[in-house]
Amino acid sequence: MTASMQSSVGNPADEKRGMNLTLRIWRQKDPSVKGKMVTYKVSDISPDMSFLEMLDVLNEQLIMQGDDPVAFDHDCREGICGMCGLMINGQAHGPQQTTTCQLHMRSFKDGDKIDIEPWRASPFPVIKDLAVDRRAFDRIIQAGGYISVPTGTAPEAHATPVPKADSDAAFDAATCIGCGACVAACPNASSMLFTAAKVTHLGLLPQGQPERDDRVVNMVAQQDREGFGGCTNIGECSAACPKGISMETISRLNHDLLGALRAGARPKS
Amino acid sequence: MSCVTTCLVGGKAPVVLAWGLVVTVTHAGRRTPKVAKTNSVVKKAVMAISGIVMVLYLIAHMIGNLKVFTGAESFNHYSEWIRTIGTPAVPEQTTLWIIRIALLVAVVAHFWAAVSLWRQAKRARPERYVTKKAVAQSYASRTMRWGGVIVLLFIVYHILDLTTGTVNPDGDASPYDRLVASFSNPFVTAFYVISLVLLGMHLRHGIWSATQTLGQSNRRRERTVNAFAIVFSTVLIAGFLIVPFSVLFGLVD
Ligand code: HEM
Ligand code: FES
Repeated sequence: MTASMQSSVGNPADEKRGMNLTLRIWRQKDPSVKGKMVTYKVSDISPDMSFLEMLDVLNEQLIMQGDDPVAFDHDCREGICGMCGLMINGQAHGPQQTTTCQLHMRSFKDGDKIDIEPWRASPFPVIKDLAVDRRAFDRIIQAGGYISVPTGTAPEAHATPVPKADSDAAFDAATCIGCGACVAACPNASSMLFTAAKVTHLGLLPQGQPERDDRVVNMVAQQDREGFGGCTNIGECSAACPKGISMETISRLNHDLLGALRAGARPKS
Repeated sequence: MSCVTTCLVGGKAPVVLAWGLVVTVTHAGRRTPKVAKTNSVVKKAVMAISGIVMVLYLIAHMIGNLKVFTGAESFNHYSEWIRTIGTPAVPEQTTLWIIRIALLVAVVAHFWAAVSLWRQAKRARPERYVTKKAVAQSYASRTMRWGGVIVLLFIVYHILDLTTGTVNPDGDASPYDRLVASFSNPFVTAFYVISLVLLGMHLRHGIWSATQTLGQSNRRRERTVNAFAIVFSTVLIAGFLIVPFSVLFGLVD
C-alpha cells in the first residue's frame, strides 16, 4: 500500500470506517496457461464503494507498482448490462442477490479475506484473469431467441391483447440480463435458467407463438452443443440470479420442449 | 404480409466467426469438449419416467412387505401368489417376469441417463472453484449421483439376498425364514437402513425434480410438490424400515 493510494480514496470523514482487506484473485495470463490465486492487500476501502470500485483501487495500485492490472468485465455499472460477473467468496456476484457492480463494500467488514474467481464453465473460457468469453449465450439466443414481426407501419397497440398475468410473467423472465451467474453457480454448469428465461419471455406473448416450438428445440440443442451441463433442479441458479428468475421458467421450458418434440419439431443441425 | 426475422444478436457472419473462435480458444488450451448427442432434457425425461415406474413398484413392494406382520404362512403364501398371478391362463411366473423386465428396463434407462448427464456436467466444469459456497442445494439434491450408485449396489445385494438366496445365511429356506435370517444380522440390517435412507433422500429430490422435468411445476405448486415429496418419501421409507427393525427387535421371528 503506497501513501499516494491512501490519499486517493475516501475523505477524512470516512477514514475511521475505511476497511483493510486481503484479496485472493485468480490470475491467468491467457486461455492457454494455467491460472492461480494471487494474494493482494487493499486498505482504506470505503463501505460506500461498489465492488468494482474496490477493484479499480487495486488496479491503480498495481499500475503504480508497474504490475499488470487485474482484467475484469464491466460496462454499465448499474446492474442492467450483465457484463460484470465475479465469483466472490464462492458465490456468483457475492453475498447479496445483485450484480457485482451493484454489490457494495458495506457487505464486507474490516479484515475480511475475499476470494475472487472467474465464472467457471468450459463454454465460458477465461480470456484473461476474471474476464470470460460468454458468447456461448449469444449463440443460444441466435438459435431461437427471436420473433417474426411484420415490417411497415407499427401495429395498433391494442390489436393484440395480452392477459395481465402473462405479461407480468413474461416481463419477469425478460429481466434476465444474461450475466451467466446461473451457469457459474450451478453445480452442473448448466445454462438452463438463462435459456428458460428466454423461452418463457417470448413463449408467453402472442408475438412469440409462431416460432414457439422451433425456438425451444433449437435453443436447448444449442446449449447442449455449447457444452453446458444438464439441469438437476437444485436451485443454485435462481438463488444466485440478480434478477431473481424463478425455477418455474425451467419447468415451462421442459413442458414446451417435450410438447414440441411430440408435435414433431426437430432441431436444425 | 411480409415477414422479417429479427435476430437479437448479430447476423450470420459473427456466428461463423464466433464458432471459429470457440473451437480454437478454449479453456486452458483444451479443445472444445465433445458434445452430447442426445438432448439433455430428453435424458432427464427418461430419468423421470423410469424413476416413476420404479416408484410405483416400490409402493406395491412396501405394502407387500407389511404382510410379514400377518405371520409366516400368510407371507409365504403371498410370495407364492406373486409367482402364480394369471395362472392357469398363462404359465407360472409370467406376470412376475413381465414386472422384472419392466423394472430392468427402467433401471438400465435411468442409470444410462444419469451417467450420461453426470459426464456432461463434468465436462462442463473441468476446472473447479477454489472457493464455492452452496446457497440453495439440499443434502438430498447433492447426493443424487453417489446415493443412486449406492442404491444400485443395494438393489443387487437385495436380490441376491432375498430373491435368489445366494448370499442369504438361510438361502434354501422359505421366503419368511430367509427374511428373518437376513435381518437377524445387525450389519445386514445397518446396510439396509443406510441404503433405504439414501433412497428416501433420492426420492425426496427426485419427485420434485421429476415434476420440474416433466414440466408440471410452477411457482404456485412448488411448495405443495416439495411437501408431497417429503411426506411421500418419509412414509414409503418408514414402511420399508419397519420390517428389518421388527426382526432386529424380535417383534417378528
Ligand atoms: C430404486 C431405484 C431408484 C428410483 C426409484 C429412482 C427415482 C428417481 C426419480 C423419480 C428421479 C427424478 C427424475 C428427474 O430428475 O426428473 C431420479 C433422478 C435421478 N436418479 Fe434415480 N432412482 C433410482 C435409482 C437410481 C440409481 C441406481 C441411480 C444411479 C446413478 C440414480 C441416479 C439418479 C440421478 C443422478 C438423478 C437426477 C438427479 C436430479 O434430477 O437432480 N437413481 N431418480
Ligand atoms: S456492469 Fe452492467 S450489470 Fe454490472
